[in-house]
Amino acid sequence: MNFSELFKQSNQLCKVSPDGKYLATCVQYRLVIRDVSTLQILQLYTCLDQITHMEWASDSLFILCAMYKRGLVQVWSLEQPDWHCKIDEGSIGLVSSRWSPDGRHILNTTEFHLRITVWSLCTKAVSYIKYPKACQKGTDFSRDGCYMALAERRDCKDYVSVFVCDDWHLLRHFETETQDLAGLEWSPNGCVLAVWDSCLEYKVLLYSLDGRLLSTYSAYEWSLGVKSVTWSPSSQFLAIGSYDEKVRILNHITWKKIAQFDHPATINNAKAVVYKEVERRTAVGSDDLSLHNITIGTTLFNTQSKYEICPLPVQIPVVKPDPDRANPKIGVSTLAFSSDSRYLATKNDNMASVVWIWDMQKMNLEAVLEQTSAVRCFQWDPRRPRLALCTANTKLYLWSPAGCVSVQVPTEGGFQVQSLSWHGSGDSLILLGKEQLCLCFMDTDQEDKSHAGTEDLRAAL
Amino acid sequence: MPESSLVRHLHSSSPECRTSPVRHFSRSLLPQHRNSSMLSTFCTEHNVQDCLSHISQEISSLGFPPVWAVSASPSELSVVAVLNCMYELIQLHRRNIQTLENMEMEQLKSSSEVDFLQLTSTRLKEQLELSRRENAGLLERERQLQLKVKSLQTCLKNEKEEVQKLQNIIASRASQYNHEMKRKEREFNKLKERMNQLLVDKKEKKQAIDVLNSIGRADGKRSLWKTGKTEAKHEGEMYKTLLSDYDTRQRELVLENAELRKVLQQMKKDMVSILSSRKPTLKGDKHKDDCIQADSEEEVFNSSKESVELYCVHAREKLTTSIRLQWRRLKSHVERLDSQASLAQRETRKEEMDRLMLDLQQCKDFIQTQEQLLQQQLSSPCDEETASLLSDCYMLQEKERLREEWGTLEEQRKIFERERKTFTDAAIRLSHERKAFEEDRATWLKHQFLNLSPFADSKTSQMSKSKSSFLISVEPEASAASAPEKLIRSDLDFHTHRSVPLTTQSAGELYPTPCLIPENSLTKPKREAAHVDESSIFCNGNIPAQHKLWKNSEDHCSHSLKREKNSSI
Repeated sequence: MNFSELFKQSNQLCKVSPDGKYLATCVQYRLVIRDVSTLQILQLYTCLDQITHMEWASDSLFILCAMYKRGLVQVWSLEQPDWHCKIDEGSIGLVSSRWSPDGRHILNTTEFHLRITVWSLCTKAVSYIKYPKACQKGTDFSRDGCYMALAERRDCKDYVSVFVCDDWHLLRHFETETQDLAGLEWSPNGCVLAVWDSCLEYKVLLYSLDGRLLSTYSAYEWSLGVKSVTWSPSSQFLAIGSYDEKVRILNHITWKKIAQFDHPATINNAKAVVYKEVERRTAVGSDDLSLHNITIGTTLFNTQSKYEICPLPVQIPVVKPDPDRANPKIGVSTLAFSSDSRYLATKNDNMASVVWIWDMQKMNLEAVLEQTSAVRCFQWDPRRPRLALCTANTKLYLWSPAGCVSVQVPTEGGFQVQSLSWHGSGDSLILLGKEQLCLCFMDTDQEDKSHAGTEDLRAAL
Repeated sequence: MPESSLVRHLHSSSPECRTSPVRHFSRSLLPQHRNSSMLSTFCTEHNVQDCLSHISQEISSLGFPPVWAVSASPSELSVVAVLNCMYELIQLHRRNIQTLENMEMEQLKSSSEVDFLQLTSTRLKEQLELSRRENAGLLERERQLQLKVKSLQTCLKNEKEEVQKLQNIIASRASQYNHEMKRKEREFNKLKERMNQLLVDKKEKKQAIDVLNSIGRADGKRSLWKTGKTEAKHEGEMYKTLLSDYDTRQRELVLENAELRKVLQQMKKDMVSILSSRKPTLKGDKHKDDCIQADSEEEVFNSSKESVELYCVHAREKLTTSIRLQWRRLKSHVERLDSQASLAQRETRKEEMDRLMLDLQQCKDFIQTQEQLLQQQLSSPCDEETASLLSDCYMLQEKERLREEWGTLEEQRKIFERERKTFTDAAIRLSHERKAFEEDRATWLKHQFLNLSPFADSKTSQMSKSKSSFLISVEPEASAASAPEKLIRSDLDFHTHRSVPLTTQSAGELYPTPCLIPENSLTKPKREAAHVDESSIFCNGNIPAQHKLWKNSEDHCSHSLKREKNSSI
């Protein structure tokens, strides 16, 4: 495992191109394009103002930078550095800007969700989509980039419009049986659209591409409902996390619940392995073996940490949410399937320092990672069943079925990992601090495996 | 006898009913007696007559025989009757006193009993009071609890009502809220519309795109005009994707089904093979109908075998039914096997258990014996166990042998004893005879001597007399001896003098008196005879002498007995 030096970034805007060759970073009003392998600067673009949003086009040829305060979007070409494009939304304002899947259109959402403006880079044509709904996830493109589903609100009723992204033709438009639609998401195969209601009502609706209602699912009534919804990459499962601290798994044939994952405060499931992060301050001299392959020395004031396997039962720290405040910090807010749909990682908000990993074949709890501080972000390796997570400290944590490891990021100046994202190949990892970033290069497969094995052993010890 | 009956009556009657009259009687008697004694004027020399009459009257009234007749003179007062009467009276008095004491004892006892009963009754009363109070308390508590229950029930009802009310409120509020939301949303929408309109009307120039030069489409194609055709094409594509999705799904399902069918077929084959293997045994005990049924089922199996490949509804039905049937059979079979197995297991377990218990018992015994041996070893000085065991054996043998020897010795001893006895007897007899012979000789010598003297006749008569008396006393013993002994004795008489002392010595120990006899002086034969007389008396027992003594004191005895008899009467 190797770490790059630190680079500057702002607003945590740092993205790898879809083809995996380039790394785009925003520093104030500048956009820096680097080669991922060499980290050399390839291009440098200067925008009109501080960049608030940045996104790669699907073909990795263009990159858009949005400045929401100014209502401006600037597009840069990687092939033609001289080419430029500027979209000004004017006084109507801008709250969101994104590429269409073809990489030739830009969808801008105006303030107050008045409309969505679709700008074509090919024809300079502009088209409007009225009545978009302001909600958690109002638009979603299908994985193949053919269709866009859009939540709309007209006459106090929720509608879903399905557009063909090719020419923005409205394919289907149907009313949904929701009180207050909160989000929608295409299944990865693009044939089923999951629509869920706001947290006031537990309701998940499944629509076919042609607008037929396939199924409705509701686990309970009255209390706060759905908090998060995720499809498995195989489109086989739909995981629904809710405010009752449970995850329910629906299958893709009958759309009935096939499993329910509780997040109990006391773990006594004998099949689960509980890894607990243990911190200890050590002198640099008596450095342990976990850092044996890290070339750069650690700072003096960093604490060492390692995982220990806890004997069951294990009591997990639980924070009771304030019942008087809105959006209580309780329930499953984050769900992520591994790329092979084998594992599901979840986070329950009132157990912020714990990540739960579930085995989707055995439908039971596989592992529990109890961190010393609240988990900020976790993401699965896009190629392997490997989970990376960070807790806003100087360490990077990795879990794989073989074991669990905590790695000190060997940088100076108190670099704290706030967020992370995998490179598409799964060979490297981008670690984002508050104003800096660092690349972490994974070892090759075999070495990695042996490493994981030793780490596992160490964890067991 | 009237008074005796009265007394008996008094005695026989129960103490409770007896107490009052007796007491009364004694009380009435006592003062009278006192008065008479104190005044001492009941009887004077002047009124003897009256007194007598009075007393006789009194006595007769009490049921005693009259002591004095009126016609008779005072001097003729029969002393015996008076004494008897007095005696009776005294007896009665004593008995009365006795009964009185008894009564008093009884009374004491009963009074203490009464006290005890009173105590217990008071205690019981207290207990009763206490339990009553407790009962009252419990009743009160029950009442309170019932009240509480009632209040709680009302509370529950109230709560339920409250819940209902709150639900209603929530529902009404929700509807109100929804209404408000809708209103606001409509207003919001109106505003949005208005804003849109304004923006459109204003023709704002700012909203613009500034591109250096337009770029080509990602797919390299030119964009097409929107026509009906494109719409149809989109629809078609959509359905195509849907179809392809369904197609892939169906293919997957077909694959899965094929897999499952394979598994099913395999299972069926196995099942059929299993079931057919045990069919013959079944057919043996089953009736014909069952056989027919089984045959039909077999047909089903066979047909279903082919139908696995078919996909029509009937085939599927057949397949499922046949599978179900087979499954049921297999299940029952397995269950039966299970039960059998469990039974067999139980039996074997039982056997095992018994065996183990036996083993355990044996082991325990073994341990116990070992312990005993160990204990013995510890207690005995001998170190070696075997040695002790052997010695034990030897000891036992030795004991046995010794006992046998002891027995034989005992027998021998008895024989010896008997012999000795006979010898002693013989020795005694011998000594007697010798004595007699000595005496005879002495008399003979005397006689000879006296024959020489003038007054020989008178002396001889005396001597003969004494001799005869001696002979009489000795005779029974001699006759008791057996005939052969007599012969021996005769032999012994003429034996050498050496052997005689031996026997006499032993005999002398047992019978010391005859020992004095031999070699006695011839000068005092009379005295010797008297001595022998005495000894004979001792030997025969002192019964006649005692008898004489009794006879002498017979008068005294009879007198005393008589007296005793009188006193007892």
